[in-house]
Amino acid sequence: MLVQKWTLSLGRYMMLLARTFKKPENFRMYYRAFMSDLELLGLNSLGIVSIISIFVGAVVTIQTAFNLDDPLVPDYYIAIATRESIILEFSPTIISLILAGKVGSNIASTLGSMRVSEQIDALEVMGVNPASYLIAPKITALVFFNPILIMLSMFLGMIGGYLASVGGVMSTEDFMYGLTVDFNAYHITYALIKTFVFAFLIVSISAYFGFYVKGGAIEVGVNATKAVVSSSVAIIVSNYILTQLLLV
Amino acid sequence: MIEVNDIHKSFGDHEVLKGIDATFYKGQTNLIIGQSGSGKTVFLKSLVGLHDIDSGDIVYNGRALGSLNNKERKSLRTEMGMVFQGNALFDSLTIEENVTFALNMFSDMSLSEKRDRANFCLERVNLPNVAKKFPSELSGGMQKRVAIARAISMNPKYLFCDEPNSGLDPKTAIVIDKLLQEITEEFGMTTVINTHDMNSVIEIGAYIIFIKEGKKAWQGTGDDILNTDSPEIVDFVYSSELFKKIRGEH
Repeated sequence: MLVQKWTLSLGRYMMLLARTFKKPENFRMYYRAFMSDLELLGLNSLGIVSIISIFVGAVVTIQTAFNLDDPLVPDYYIAIATRESIILEFSPTIISLILAGKVGSNIASTLGSMRVSEQIDALEVMGVNPASYLIAPKITALVFFNPILIMLSMFLGMIGGYLASVGGVMSTEDFMYGLTVDFNAYHITYALIKTFVFAFLIVSISAYFGFYVKGGAIEVGVNATKAVVSSSVAIIVSNYILTQLLLV
Repeated sequence: MIEVNDIHKSFGDHEVLKGIDATFYKGQTNLIIGQSGSGKTVFLKSLVGLHDIDSGDIVYNGRALGSLNNKERKSLRTEMGMVFQGNALFDSLTIEENVTFALNMFSDMSLSEKRDRANFCLERVNLPNVAKKFPSELSGGMQKRVAIARAISMNPKYLFCDEPNSGLDPKTAIVIDKLLQEITEEFGMTTVINTHDMNSVIEIGAYIIFIKEGKKAWQGTGDDILNTDSPEIVDFVYSSELFKKIRGEH
């Protein structure tokens, strides 16, 4: 029964994606929607991403220093560990999980409200493909902006680590040396590939749950929650698969 | 003209439409009446293609909806306007943006031509000076008129209205009814209105079909409905004390 339900949901999700990527009726209108979604989903997330990144960067540095408190281990190893934690996992994965909560619930509740108030039906009757007009600009906006957010998060995470070193955890010279030594640029590529995939999953899964809401306000709330949970699970599972494929 | 031939629609095991036939003519207000849950909304949504019917035909001036490909169906939809029960205005857009939405999407008009068209439509529904406002700043009756203005912005051949009077006071409801009748005649549209408001039936019902439990139980005009002996219609029309009194006076 559960397998049948999942298969049905997967089929509807695929059909929604097929409708989403059909040729737009009017590129200018889609561009306007893209710019609006860029602000709503991307620019409006700068604040929370910045705050979280700085503080988590600082905390990772302090905790690593606490755990590597050994005279045989050079201090700059703390910075290496901080750098790798931020680049490989914290910025691409944890920030994407936070965005799944912030952006995913926004998308699902917006589309759900449009569905129950018949705004999606109104688009359909006008001859507009609602899946394409409402979802494609959102996917494009987040896939475009998520890598920028994640790069910013990496930078600010390391700033946070530096501030922790200024606070006395270790010397700032060791920290700066540790950030640059044995740096592997491929790790950035790996992280960015993950952010593209995560951005796509966050928007498309949240849009699926919003687009097919049936009922009223309570169902909109229920589906917004389902959207966050499902996109978070999808991020975690795809994170494992991508890591296996790209790093092993 | 819209011809409906023996349409059936089920949701799972529940058959909602059980073989309805009707013909809706151009330039007149065609009404679908019936009790809540009788299948009126499903019927109207099937007409515009929001529900795919299980069997039967819906023919728009010789074009059968079911046999159209995607492109033809989109083209037909640009000839349709619809007023939804809850208005379905885009709440993040201004009134002018709502009215010009379909024009922006499908027409080659210049910005000033689109503004002129929006102003014309808004003035036609007696709503000047609201273009820059948002839907939430307007009353229910004004929102309904904006929904009508948006529906006629593309100069449609077919206008569909789902319960246009729901939630409105009787006086505003009559204003909306008269407006729908006037624009139908003025623009020569085929208008189909879904209602259970008996005032509307008497005021503007040029052709009426009565749906009961998914079947057409009666058809006729606004005058016929007051004189029919059909037990289903008598039961539906004279369910209120006011109409019982009117019948007594007749």
